[in-house]
Amino acid sequence: MASFNQFGNDLHTGKLSYNIVGRRKLWYLIAAVMILIAIVGPILRGGFTLGIEFTGGSEFVVSQADTQDQDTASTAIAEVVPAAVPKISTVGADSIRVQTDQLTETESREVSAALATAYGVDATQVTSSFIGATWGQDITAQAVRGLLTFLVLAGIVMALYFRTWKMALAAMVALLHDLVITAGIYGITGFEITPAAVIGFLTILGYSLYDTVVVFDKIRENTSIDGPESRRTFAESVNLAVNQTLVRSINTSVVAVLPVASILVIGAFVLGAGTLRDISLALLIGMLVGTYSTIFIAAPLYAQLRENEPEILKRDKKSLALKAKASAGTSDSTVVPSDAASDVTA
Amino acid sequence: MAKSSPTKKAWRSLSWLGVIIVGLIALNGVGVATGGGSWTPKLALDLEGGTQIILAPKLESGQTVSSEQLNQAVSIIRQRIDSAGVSESEINTQGGQNIVVSIPGTPDDATLNRIESSAKLEFRPVLMADVPSADSVGSDGSTETPAPESTDGATDPAADPAAEATEAPITTPTAAPTDAGDLNNITPELQELFNSFQCADIDTTNVAPADQPLVTCEVDGSVKYILGPVEVSGENISDASNGQVQTQSGATTGEWAVNIVFDGTGSKAFADVTTRLSGLTGVQNQFAIVLDGSVISAPRTLAVITDGKPQITGSFDQDTSKALADQLKFGALPISFTVQSQDTISATLGSSQLQSGLIAGLIGLILVVLYSLAQYRLLGLVTIASLTVAGVVTYFLITLLSWREGYRLSLAGVAGLIVAIGITADSFIVYFERVRDELRDGRGLVSAVESGWRRAIRTILASDAVNFLAAAVLFVLAVGNVRGFALTLGLTTLVDLLVVVLFTHPVLQLLARTKFFGDGHKLSGLDPRALGAVYRGRAQFQGPAPVPGKKGTSASREAAKRQTIAERKAAELIGSGSKSSTDGKDS
Repeated sequence: MASFNQFGNDLHTGKLSYNIVGRRKLWYLIAAVMILIAIVGPILRGGFTLGIEFTGGSEFVVSQADTQDQDTASTAIAEVVPAAVPKISTVGADSIRVQTDQLTETESREVSAALATAYGVDATQVTSSFIGATWGQDITAQAVRGLLTFLVLAGIVMALYFRTWKMALAAMVALLHDLVITAGIYGITGFEITPAAVIGFLTILGYSLYDTVVVFDKIRENTSIDGPESRRTFAESVNLAVNQTLVRSINTSVVAVLPVASILVIGAFVLGAGTLRDISLALLIGMLVGTYSTIFIAAPLYAQLRENEPEILKRDKKSLALKAKASAGTSDSTVVPSDAASDVTA
Repeated sequence: MAKSSPTKKAWRSLSWLGVIIVGLIALNGVGVATGGGSWTPKLALDLEGGTQIILAPKLESGQTVSSEQLNQAVSIIRQRIDSAGVSESEINTQGGQNIVVSIPGTPDDATLNRIESSAKLEFRPVLMADVPSADSVGSDGSTETPAPESTDGATDPAADPAAEATEAPITTPTAAPTDAGDLNNITPELQELFNSFQCADIDTTNVAPADQPLVTCEVDGSVKYILGPVEVSGENISDASNGQVQTQSGATTGEWAVNIVFDGTGSKAFADVTTRLSGLTGVQNQFAIVLDGSVISAPRTLAVITDGKPQITGSFDQDTSKALADQLKFGALPISFTVQSQDTISATLGSSQLQSGLIAGLIGLILVVLYSLAQYRLLGLVTIASLTVAGVVTYFLITLLSWREGYRLSLAGVAGLIVAIGITADSFIVYFERVRDELRDGRGLVSAVESGWRRAIRTILASDAVNFLAAAVLFVLAVGNVRGFALTLGLTTLVDLLVVVLFTHPVLQLLARTKFFGDGHKLSGLDPRALGAVYRGRAQFQGPAPVPGKKGTSASREAAKRQTIAERKAAELIGSGSKSSTDGKDS
């Protein structure tokens, strides 16, 4: 890991610097393309795949079964509709309840028959019905209301903390980018949107902004400390901050993603389905996209939003002039040779 | 040097943390000892299993339920269950007409009653009242004129309805009834039914239609009534609360009352009823509040209420007035339901979900530990210790919440906790990276810890504030599962702050003074050489600079210091002209 240390050192000292802010047009282009795909993709696929709580779904109840073994049901259903992700639970003392996606009538009949055979009961003892979809209406409405309230409040908090609404705006844009892309990935791949996935989306809100705040705090520090005498233009100060927090961004992403990924792996491969898989998938995508967007969308956008302010223009002109002087190597000493603690005077 | 002061502070912080943890454990111990608490958090339906109740609508023949009515009923039942302090309940419609209520654990009787008495609430005028036994002797109710004793047009429940039950007037209706309170509503058949009616006969599944009279009893079976057609429906109640009666001067009398607020339609209808009833005497002066076919209260009308805000007074205490207010507020379902089935179910993939969740969390935690050790060497141990402390505090907070507030840990909550590992660890990463930055700038470890901390804590506070805001908004606005998740997220954000302030920072302060870390041992993760600290010549790194007291005292000094080393080199280059251009190769 010494090399990673070295990497961090070089980023900190500016020896190694990725020109992230300067290449903003490239990032914007990438973002635009991604967002376009995220919007068009799901439309081409025919919309999102919604879970049983939104769409309603089929439910089978096997009563007076000999055994309440849940594997029997999953095997039986897997034979008829392999794609189905059955939710199986026991009801009462001798019944098994199976929930699946909405099945066609033929499938329903076949599943009923298969369940009856598997549990050794008469076909009449398997009832099939479907579930109403009030979750979608009830709770999504509330989630959307929560989302809007949060965005407004978070915007105000950030604008107050950073003392500029432009940071808040840049963070919000990055956040929307994250949400659209995460939702797009769900739409394109056809992952089911369940209540758990919605919870995951909502968490991304918090996480994405959280990540942006950490980097913006460094940007604020750098740009305010660098002051008018700095040799760096405003955009360069922003870029340096992004580079200096890059190690943090990488470390944090890894640390945050590791537990989520382990839930996803366990959820997907051991359990097969359910809350854990849905939450962790949304989170995994959202965290990766969130970290990306802070660096490649929020920071460049912020620099761009501010670069036309008169004060910033003045300052940039000054630092460019200083730089020109430096590269010309003028020997008349307008700059006092400095050790770390002395002032740089113009 | 003021070396002892930060050390002392560090120890004080650690002691506070110790006090908090011991306090939490002790509090929990009290909970266990007094019987209400437990050493483990209660689990929600998806982890523990629970009770599932299927409600079917009571329909008169030919009547159908619209999905709108059903959705309204779902939200009302949800409100009721939530107000009973049960969280993580799931309420769904099923098959277009049933409502499925899933409650974690085994609900107590009160909660079950609340759901099952998901009643249709209506206001009907009393036409006739009697004690249930057939051979009762009624007294003439008209002799007892109620005294208007209350202040703001209140109504008064009949003190002893049996005492003023009227002799059944043996009249045969001579004309069609003109209004709901018209005694012409009483047909001979109805009279017959009433005379032989026993309170045990009440069939709550067969409530008379709204435009027909109803024969029923007080809930406790003490009085039987003939009631007129519905005058005001429960849907028209916009609010109901209980409180103490206030005199005109604003002083409370200590008497409990139930305050009802009607909506526009209800106010108008209620004004009409009270106008008519206040002119009548005896039981006909009373109106009955009917919940699911039984009379829950039959107050007398003392005044005409035109503002739609009646107050019911009488022999209430705080609990009974609250109960009636709740019944009025939450009883206003558009349709009545009957419990079709009630099953105790095992969890959906149940205990195996919890187990897998815990295993996933453990694996995630181990990976985080390995990564921290690789990245931060022994400093990673501080991360691990901090996470452990955070875990302990969170565990006991959740156990306490589960005891005091009835919180139940759901799978979504577990996911929230696992996600929190990442967000909590980030605080340490932000902090450590700041300290490393300071070391790179050539500070000694002790001062690097102090100045790194001051920068890091700002960032941690700001970012935690955003995270907490997200959790708080979700908690206030969302329902069910989302709420449980928001709670763990918000809780862990606070715990994160607590731990980083009271544990991580003090520990680092103390460690900075040890030889191992202070000298920057290779394995300490804080080796200035590995971090490319600015070389000061003669094997000396920049000594521990006095920590600047206030920010802004040396902004321009900081500015110079914050130049990148490459820039500093450039500056030196300019200063010394181009003659030393050869030394651009180091660091």
